[in-house]
Amino acid sequence: MIEVKNISKSFGDQLIVDNISTVFEEGQTNLIIGQSGSGKTVLMKCCIGLYDVDSGEVDFHGRRFSNIPDKKRKHIRQEMGVLFQGGALFDSLTVEENIMFPLDMFTKMSLKEKKERVNFVLENVNLSGNNGKYPAELSGGMTKRVAIARAISLMPKYLFADEPNSGLDPKTAERIDQLLSSLTRKFNMTTVINTHDMNSVLQIGEKICFINEGKLCWEGTKETILKTEKKELNDFVFATELTRRIKPLKTNR
Amino acid sequence: MKILYQIGEYVLMVLQAFKRPDKGFVFRRQLLYDFKRLGVDSISIIAIISLFTGGIIAIQMAYNIDSPFIAKSIIGFSTRQMLVLEISPTIISLILAGKVGSRIASEIGTMRITEQIDALRVMGVNPPNYLILPKITAAVIYFPVLIVFSIFLGILGGWIMGSITGLIPSADYIIGIRSWFDPFTLTYAMIKTVVFAFIITSVSAYKGYTVKGGSVEVGQASTEAIVVSSILIIFFDLILTQLLLT
Repeated sequence: MIEVKNISKSFGDQLIVDNISTVFEEGQTNLIIGQSGSGKTVLMKCCIGLYDVDSGEVDFHGRRFSNIPDKKRKHIRQEMGVLFQGGALFDSLTVEENIMFPLDMFTKMSLKEKKERVNFVLENVNLSGNNGKYPAELSGGMTKRVAIARAISLMPKYLFADEPNSGLDPKTAERIDQLLSSLTRKFNMTTVINTHDMNSVLQIGEKICFINEGKLCWEGTKETILKTEKKELNDFVFATELTRRIKPLKTNR
Repeated sequence: MKILYQIGEYVLMVLQAFKRPDKGFVFRRQLLYDFKRLGVDSISIIAIISLFTGGIIAIQMAYNIDSPFIAKSIIGFSTRQMLVLEISPTIISLILAGKVGSRIASEIGTMRITEQIDALRVMGVNPPNYLILPKITAAVIYFPVLIVFSIFLGILGGWIMGSITGLIPSADYIIGIRSWFDPFTLTYAMIKTVVFAFIITSVSAYKGYTVKGGSVEVGQASTEAIVVSSILIIFFDLILTQLLLT
């Protein structure tokens, strides 16, 4: 469980995250949604410690994580997997070396054990046999899946994903969503995903936080999101022709 | 004010880099990788430039010392002295600042803009320690080897050109390069090289590490890395020469 308590973050005199509090539950796929520039990436970067918050705190299972020295954060960091928007795979390393990197750095596993773990996570993301490829040889979807494999290689308790299906075709995007959702259940992780893709929201959003202009505007689930009366959320959800078409169908149920 | 901020940021980055590596074998693996990329991959360009520069210096010396009252062996002596004191440690370091410096700045800069450095941070890895320390170590160990190699090839180039053109008799040239050798000149060259190696790698790494923006900014950082490294090399060349040779 991740508790976000009254966090605020500004850059210069621009307030980006404004007093947000929420809880991301264990074993659930939690989504942070909002328009581009709404502050959801900054919120996630505050949660994973890439930005120090101006006020408030982030706790992981009751352990304080925000605004403490990096040395003290190290233990929680090793329980955390992060999937960056572009994958952030290390270009000079092969798929196997990329996935093995956290294992090299933080475990005392033998080479055989590490290889077994690499093959296990690659199997989980349906990429068995691609161990020797370099990131430049992978497609967008494969890159994301390798990044997921690297993120889960240490069997983390917490998984963060920043727009995991941006730049992917709808079918691959759906596959990535399903993969994240199934891995969350399988390994009982607390998963937090940043997205503005409504397909993801309606498919895997067990808990949804809607951020608007830096404020937490609404919280709910994929079942309740289409029935809300909140204007800002409706403007976001029904922004496309496709969602406008399903609105009467969903609300009449 | 900006320059003071940058110096502070640079010092903090270097201090972060000089911490004990988390895993020794990961550091050694990176070090070997950087030996190859920063050192071994530079051998061919150093060889070509040194060989030709040595030849050019020998010809120019022969042209300038065209007097029956001056022994021809002075050409060999002067060529060796110029190569040891200045051409190899400084000029080759300036070339390495271009080749190696731009490579480091663009590599680390690209890692920055593609969130690879953020990925290291969220894993709990110290990015300057993992990325920059092996590069500095590799350069500080390997550049002196390259410079000795450059001095040797430069002297060889002078001998080849002198012999081919007939400007310097081979025996005179060999007598010249063996005359009045002060081993301290080599120590001086090595001290300069180590300092320049540190400047090239740390400044270029800093420029790459602090990139903000996209590919245009990475290119800009790469250029700045070369410019700043080159200026600092010349500046420290003057200081070290004053300190060590006077």
